[in-house]
Amino acid sequence: MNSRWKANTINTTSIILIYVILVLLIRMGFINSYYEGILIEMGINIILAVSLNLATGYLGQLTLGHAGFMAIGAYAAAIFSSRVNMPDLPLLLISIIIGGLLAALLGFLMAIPVFRLRGDYLAIITLGFGEIIRVIILNLKITGGGKGLSGILPLTSFSSVYFVTIITIAIFYTLINSRHGRAIISIREDEIASEAVGISTKYYKTFAFTIAAFFAGIAGGLFAHHTLVLDPKDFGFIRSIEILIIVVLGGMGNLTGSILAAIIITILPRMLMGFADWNMIIYSILLIAMMLFKPGGLLGKREFSLYKLLAGRKKSHGNAPVKNEGSE
Amino acid sequence: MNLLANFLQQLINGIHVGSIYALIALGYTMVYGIIKLINFAHGDIIMMGAYFTFVCIVSLGLPLWAALIIPVILCLVSGILIERVAYKPLRNSPRLSALITAIGVSFLLENVFFKKFGQNPRPFPQFINPTPISIGPLQISRITLITVLVSILLMILLDFFVKRSKPGKAMRAVSEDQGAAQLMGINVNSTISLTFAIGSALGAIGGILYSVAYPLIDPFMGVMPGLKAFVAAVLGGIGIIPGAMLGGFIMGIAESLTKGYISSQLADAVVFGILIIVLSLKPSGLLGKNIKEKV
Repeated sequence: MNSRWKANTINTTSIILIYVILVLLIRMGFINSYYEGILIEMGINIILAVSLNLATGYLGQLTLGHAGFMAIGAYAAAIFSSRVNMPDLPLLLISIIIGGLLAALLGFLMAIPVFRLRGDYLAIITLGFGEIIRVIILNLKITGGGKGLSGILPLTSFSSVYFVTIITIAIFYTLINSRHGRAIISIREDEIASEAVGISTKYYKTFAFTIAAFFAGIAGGLFAHHTLVLDPKDFGFIRSIEILIIVVLGGMGNLTGSILAAIIITILPRMLMGFADWNMIIYSILLIAMMLFKPGGLLGKREFSLYKLLAGRKKSHGNAPVKNEGSE
Repeated sequence: MNLLANFLQQLINGIHVGSIYALIALGYTMVYGIIKLINFAHGDIIMMGAYFTFVCIVSLGLPLWAALIIPVILCLVSGILIERVAYKPLRNSPRLSALITAIGVSFLLENVFFKKFGQNPRPFPQFINPTPISIGPLQISRITLITVLVSILLMILLDFFVKRSKPGKAMRAVSEDQGAAQLMGINVNSTISLTFAIGSALGAIGGILYSVAYPLIDPFMGVMPGLKAFVAAVLGGIGIIPGAMLGGFIMGIAESLTKGYISSQLADAVVFGILIIVLSLKPSGLLGKNIKEKV
């Protein structure tokens, strides 16, 4: 227990330290609003990737419609916040939670046909769901249709994204290391065997999909109050693919991998801006090369741990996160 | 009578689009059948076929027969190359890694063509006389007629090839059990290359026919028909060749009828809705067999 306590102290201290440093840099003008925007997008991508990782990496079900849940959350949160008068922070929190709940409801509904399907058929169903959500948003009045939804209040700030991201990561970390998390991982490893030992695969699949959808909705809400204009085109199939790229790049079923990959994928296109119209070509070549040389993802199955890094590799058993041996 | 004629007209349009989807879907389904990979780059083979034809006719001024054969051969070779370079090294890796590589290849092809030809759509040369043939109240354009005939001919040829010829039998053997096929003396690598070659050639022909029907081509034109063709392949039961054809026609007809009678904006939603309903009732597609998983 002592080492876990130590690890928690190290993590909490470093989270606060990073926050204080970043806020100081923003206040002193070293990080201008452009870079602050990038940091906010990073946080949003982390939430999206971590939540998709639960469904795809830990539960082992390929999902291609994550952007649909993000869209639901974004539109619901934006419509709510524009109709209610409240101070900024509570308004943001309430509206992103409303967006998340609505997305979770749809994730719950989507889980119903999911029970009967396996593998790539499931992937296509989720793709279909995502596209249907997009087309419906495109045809509704309240969402502004093809013109998009504008006039959204600028409620998202660096601090709110930072703490929502940290809370999300913490929730997923505890979830995955809990009884529920182990049940989810066992379904990925062998569905029939886990059913045989009494795990309700129906319950845990629904549970994982609903949680993943909820946090995609949260990310959508933050995204809406950051970009201030929503366009159904932003939530197409390509967006879902982008989130999937982050998850696979970081390593399936690897929480810290998702975080690292989300940071890289957010920065990479901007770093390549200097190459003018070659940037997307270089980006795709890098993507192919990374997959060819590291097919298991950047971190593979090994979770990054600050505590282990500081304490040295010998004492690694204390706070060892779930090792996903023998998957795939 | 008028109502019936209108319905038949929509049906003919649906068969037209459906036969193109079916051709493209064949490429997806064959590749999936053999290496269990959703080949996202297949949609871009469609785009390449269209652009190569465009270059052959407009820039190089080649005769029509050459301008139709060269793009198909080029796409066929690119299909083989893509498999060798990007997918073969990942054959024993987690399947999702290969999927991401396929997406990477797709991005790469789109952006290379984007860099070369720019964002603006180019008008595709019209080499088929567009004046329609009238049968009673119906108007059938020559484009529709040629598209449907070419696709059906190709499908019959493919079916014959896969069922009767030796390489076709090898393809079916590899897709059933790669290891056992190898033990029987089948060269797995060349069989997979052959699958990519045939799939890409069909995709290129589909791309040319698609561009004749919708004569504006741009570097991202392959994404939507590719996605729909893929859905068609899944609808029919992925990995099953007749399933891809059936799925293609169903998708085309459903899309055309929705556009004609409900709303053109909702067409995509209806198509995906059909997919969800069909898969909920028959989880492995219309023609798919439900294989029980053994412990």
